[in-house]
Amino acid sequence: MSSLIVRSEGFTPPGPADFDLPAVFGGGSFDFLGQAQVAGVTKPMLQVVLAAVIVFVVFYLAQRKRAMVPGRLQYVGEEAYGFVRNSLGRDILGSHDFARFVPYLFALFFFILLNNLFATIPFIQFPTFSRSGMVYGLAAMSWVIYNAVGIQKHGFVGYFKLQSVPAGVTGPILLLLIPLEFLSNILVRPVTLALRLFANMFAGHLLLILFALGGEYLVFEMSLAYAPVGVLAWILFIAVAFLEILIQFLQAYVFVLLNAMYIQGALADEH
Amino acid sequence: MELTGSLNMVGYGLAAIGPGIGIGLIFAAYISGVARQPEAQSRLQSIAILGFALAEALAIIGIALAFVI
Repeated sequence: MSSLIVRSEGFTPPGPADFDLPAVFGGGSFDFLGQAQVAGVTKPMLQVVLAAVIVFVVFYLAQRKRAMVPGRLQYVGEEAYGFVRNSLGRDILGSHDFARFVPYLFALFFFILLNNLFATIPFIQFPTFSRSGMVYGLAAMSWVIYNAVGIQKHGFVGYFKLQSVPAGVTGPILLLLIPLEFLSNILVRPVTLALRLFANMFAGHLLLILFALGGEYLVFEMSLAYAPVGVLAWILFIAVAFLEILIQFLQAYVFVLLNAMYIQGALADEH
Repeated sequence: MELTGSLNMVGYGLAAIGPGIGIGLIFAAYISGVARQPEAQSRLQSIAILGFALAEALAIIGIALAFVI
């Protein structure tokens, strides 16, 4: 990774190494594929648990009373549920069989959203999904779910036929299309799903570190003439932080939207 | 001032032009579609975001390769 670092008179720009946080509990390290890995509980692990607990507790409290005239918390819960149910569930999966997937989509959306917002919440300020391992777990789960749903509905052979033979195509072009469709629908989907969320969170956080550290270097380490540029960098830091909030929401939405679309594709009838 | 570093990031910057133009075209079509037929917004929105996500995937594969290679 040292090839990434651009040295310009003492300023060390942030790099992927800034995401390697020390362990909170435990410690020690072991070798895995030639890289030193931390064996202990790190901050992102705690954040995953915290997010799951917060999502569960908030929505449990919101639905506890089920009053006819909702209170404040119940109203927020109902609006949040309605948003996922209508725009992510019903509009994409269709009114026939969206209901059994709504709990999954709902929990997934708010779990990812909260984990992304951790990048902005003061004193936490670290996006959980800027560590790629966290995202691979989510992508593996959604891969298993949409394939299992498809196999359950169409059977093993029928499902792979649906996913890899495009409708209405005949002749020798199928020799080219079947491997391509199989590759795109079965193998590449989970990879892009995981990398999209990871790379957005990673790049956004790196950008924020760069603006903060670069501004600090220009104001305090260089001559006085550079100080206004450093202050400008800090102002841009604030603007980019607001842009990041938008991206954090959008990425959670896109992740769940694509999940719903993959499930819909697996459920679709043969043409 | 001497700069040393990897040309990967310059290459990635050039590669990101393509998805950038693509995403611009997708949202231009989405906006003009909504302007012509505002009631179609909810249907167009999910299609537009799907197209955006697929075009963005190219940029993301690019950034992964820029770090790896």
